[in-house]
Amino acid sequence: MPKTRHLVTAGLAATMSLTLVACGGGGSNQSSGDSSTLSVLDYYNNEPDKGFIQKALDACATKIGVTVKRETVPGADLIQGVLQRASSKTLPDVLMLDNPDVQEIAKTGGLTPLSDYGVDTSGFAEGILQAATYEGEVYGLAPTVNTIGLFYNVDMLEEAGVTPPKTWDELKTVAAKLKQGDRYGIAFSAIATYEGSWQFLPFMWTNGGDETDLTSPEVAQALELWVDLVKSGSASSSVINWSQADVNDQFIAGKTAMMINGPWQIPALDESGIKYDSVLVPVREAGQTPVAPLGGEVWTVPATGNKDKQKKAAELVSCLSEKDNELQLAKERFTVPTRTDLLDTYVQDVPSMKTFADQVVSARSRTGKLGTEWPAAATVIYNAIQLGITGKATPQEAFAQAEAK
Amino acid sequence: MTSATIVPSSRRHKRREELAKALFLAPAAIFIALYFGYPIVKNVVMSFQEYNTRTFFTGEAPWVALDNYATVVKSQLFWPAMRNTALFTLGSIVGQFIIGMGLALFFQRRFPLSGFLRAMLLLPWLLPLIVGSASWRSILDQDGGVLNTVLRAFGLDGVPWLTSPDVALIAVILVNIWVGVPFNVTLLYGGLQEIPTELYEAGSLDGATGWKAFWHITVPNLRPVISVVLVLGVVYTLKVLDIILGLTDGGPANATQTIAVRSYQTSFIDFDFGIGAAYSNILIVISLVFAAIYLRTNRKAVDE
Repeated sequence: MPKTRHLVTAGLAATMSLTLVACGGGGSNQSSGDSSTLSVLDYYNNEPDKGFIQKALDACATKIGVTVKRETVPGADLIQGVLQRASSKTLPDVLMLDNPDVQEIAKTGGLTPLSDYGVDTSGFAEGILQAATYEGEVYGLAPTVNTIGLFYNVDMLEEAGVTPPKTWDELKTVAAKLKQGDRYGIAFSAIATYEGSWQFLPFMWTNGGDETDLTSPEVAQALELWVDLVKSGSASSSVINWSQADVNDQFIAGKTAMMINGPWQIPALDESGIKYDSVLVPVREAGQTPVAPLGGEVWTVPATGNKDKQKKAAELVSCLSEKDNELQLAKERFTVPTRTDLLDTYVQDVPSMKTFADQVVSARSRTGKLGTEWPAAATVIYNAIQLGITGKATPQEAFAQAEAK
Repeated sequence: MTSATIVPSSRRHKRREELAKALFLAPAAIFIALYFGYPIVKNVVMSFQEYNTRTFFTGEAPWVALDNYATVVKSQLFWPAMRNTALFTLGSIVGQFIIGMGLALFFQRRFPLSGFLRAMLLLPWLLPLIVGSASWRSILDQDGGVLNTVLRAFGLDGVPWLTSPDVALIAVILVNIWVGVPFNVTLLYGGLQEIPTELYEAGSLDGATGWKAFWHITVPNLRPVISVVLVLGVVYTLKVLDIILGLTDGGPANATQTIAVRSYQTSFIDFDFGIGAAYSNILIVISLVFAAIYLRTNRKAVDE
């Protein structure tokens, strides 16, 4: 009998604690008037980024006289977590968001504009400010950004006697020459997620294609290039299942001589011992200006209702984007500073980042034109890519077909 | 006098007993209400609302009547997803059941290491699905995957398991069969142990051996277990999500989109929770149909 009662009590206790967890959904910081502690939420949950960001947060916290209570979650869980916290009124004081999500969250009324706190937002790269702008107000700052380019295996290109391609035609010839046995010429991510759309953007934008009209011939031409690369065997048909991390794995394993990827892979590439270098994503015709998509995370101040804390939070956000911090984070994390007057110094210090630093000034944000309509366009893009590469539609018809869905 | 005092006390005693019973049931009842009742009710309500990211901040979720369901049914992906759900479920169940039954019969014979082998068979069940699907993704890889390497070693062509829209659905079904076999083996093996051996002895005197014995003795005696295995299998397979997400993400070119995947993607990628709820309610209704069939056949079996 005592045993049974024990079990029942244990069961009840378990049920109740589960309920409490379910309802609580994290620490509460709403009404506590004390502004000496700021809660921070971000998705840098892996080393070394986790540590670099922690160091930057700590330094800024000391400078403005607060203690930081930081929580990191996996990238895919961030928005769900933010929504749960929004409904239970337990938003963090400082929130990091992936830049294409900023407008969506700003639209809900969950963020406060930085102009409320007199934060100076001049001097930053145009694209990243646009990504953080909703209805004329800037909602967040990114200390550093990233973009994508073409990485190549120096030894493999030398051995084949070719130079890095600058145009699409060169890309096709070079990739075909580099294809050897079970090694492919080039790899990219054409996966059925936003990641696939992101990788397609430099090709589409550089050729004059635009997300506001996805059925234009310029957009179809870009898809045709990808389809040709796969059809000719220069790229594996598995690209439709590869994430950017998979693409990097292929490159490191020597299964591909070139890849489209971002500088965040540099630490892994250095560790692999492969001799690599990077250039801009090739353009269709010589003379076209390369336009790359802007990636990177923006730090924002959610509307928690506690005015003192919000003010301190804004100080923390602007501190992270101060010149010294930008440079340090950029060097540590192989990303590009967002203050354009830092770019020259930065490239002098980190020459391997030149390709990417050159791009940032003219780089475009994904939400710059469509705002909160971007996810819908991104879905059309990756669906069209999948239809095209699997041969379910011609590159010319793929976007019209994907748009119908 | 004595009888008058006994009756109320026994009645009181009875009432106390009832109360104690109710108290013992309470945790389970509360648990079910909180973890099954509430989500289902909430899900039904949500499917009639415009429930998006804004809702979480403002609490506003305007009523839209049947709009979400209309959106779902009008979507060009709806019927292909229904078809894929049906094929995925049917293919998985048939494969799991036939292999599971075969293995269960096989293990009925005692042989050295049979216990150990049976335990090893449970492995796919113990492995987290996301780990299982990641492993299968590399096994099924077109270029370097083990499966195609073996096929090529035999002089055959590699199969584009996960990259061809015509093959991908078959590939995810095969993996799901692998996941479901242990469940089938375990239940069917347990059922087989319950059949008295005398039945087979008597049957063999009448000439019922081999297939005959299987059809006329094993199957009828195993019927209750078979119906449990099949109905649970269907309900479980309808909602399979992680395997498909892990292997193909619903691709290539939407070839492995099922209603469960649509529900997940509209809710957690597009953040249209109302539409996602509509998808999952459609799935719940389909599950209920199978549950009803199961209850009916079971009731019939008891009545007989």
